[in-house]
Amino acid sequence: MSEFLAMGGYAAFVWPSYLIAAIVMLGLLVVSVRTWRDSKSTLEKLQDGRRDRRRPRDGAT
Amino acid sequence: MHRFANPTRFMRLSARILPWAAGLALVLTLAGLVWGLGYAPPDYQQGDTVRIMFVHVPAAWMAMFSYTFMAVASATALIWKHPLADFSAKAAAPIGACFTFIALVTGSLWGQPMWGTWWVWDARLTSVLVLFFLYLGYMALWQAIEDPQKASRAAAILALVGFVNVPIIKFSVDWWYTLHQPASVLRLDGPAIHPSILWPLLVMALAFKAYFVTVLLVRIRSEINLRKIRAMQQARIAEEVGFAAPPAAEITGRT
Repeated sequence: MSEFLAMGGYAAFVWPSYLIAAIVMLGLLVVSVRTWRDSKSTLEKLQDGRRDRRRPRDGAT
Repeated sequence: MHRFANPTRFMRLSARILPWAAGLALVLTLAGLVWGLGYAPPDYQQGDTVRIMFVHVPAAWMAMFSYTFMAVASATALIWKHPLADFSAKAAAPIGACFTFIALVTGSLWGQPMWGTWWVWDARLTSVLVLFFLYLGYMALWQAIEDPQKASRAAAILALVGFVNVPIIKFSVDWWYTLHQPASVLRLDGPAIHPSILWPLLVMALAFKAYFVTVLLVRIRSEINLRKIRAMQQARIAEEVGFAAPPAAEITGRT
C-alpha cells in the first residue's frame, strides 16, 4: 500500500494531479446542479404566482 | 434535426439521457482510475509519472473538443438564430475552461519531474494558455452584456474568431520545435503507446466525454429555465405597468 502511495517517488506530482482534476470537475458539477435546482424552483414559483393572479377573485369581473 | 432542437422536446429528451450519461461517467471514471492507477505498468522511462497522462491527455482532448463544440454551436446560433444552439455554446464554455485548466495544471505537474521545469513558453503550452483565456473572455462577454441577444451575438463571434487557435494547438507540436512531445495516440500509423496504458487512457477519455455530456445537459436545462424566468418577469413588469404583455416566452415546457 505504501508503495502504491509513493508512486515510485513521484507521489508529490501524481496525487496532486488527480486531486486537482477531481476538485475542479466535482466543483463544476455541484455548481451546475445547484444552479439548475435554483432555476427550477424559481420558475415553478413564478408559474404558480401567475396562475394565482389569473384566477378570478371574489367580486372580480 | 430540428425536431430535437425544440426546447420542450429537449427538456424531455435530456431528462431521459441525463441519468445514463451521469451513470456512465461514474462507472467509466471508477474503471479508469482503478485501471490507470492500480494495474497499468509504470513507463520504462517516465516511471509512475506516466499516470498523470490519464487525466492530462483526456482533459486536453476535451479542452479542444469543448471549444470546437462551442464554435459549431455559435455558428449555428448566428446563422439559424436557434435558441438551443445559443444555450449549448454558453453551457459548454465553463466546462471547456475547467478541462483546459486541468490540462495546464497537470501538464505543469508532469513537466517538473520530466522536463525539469513547471512551464516553458513553447508553442503547445502557450497556445493552450491562449485557449484558456479565450474561454474566460467568452464567459466574461456573456456577463458583461445584459441583453442576452446582443451578448449571444458578440460571444458567438468571439468563439468563431478564437477557433483559429484550435488547429494551432493540434499542429503546434509538428510546426514548431516544442518541448512537448508530438501526438502519440491520434497518428496515421497507429498509436505509439503500448496497449497496457492505451486502454486505461481511452477509458478515461470516454469518462471525461460522458462527464461533459452530463454537465452540458444540466447547464442547458438551467439556461432554458433562466430564459423562461426572465421572460416571465418581463411580462409581469409589463402587466403591472399597464402595457400589453409580450408573448410570455418563446420557450415553453417542463422545468
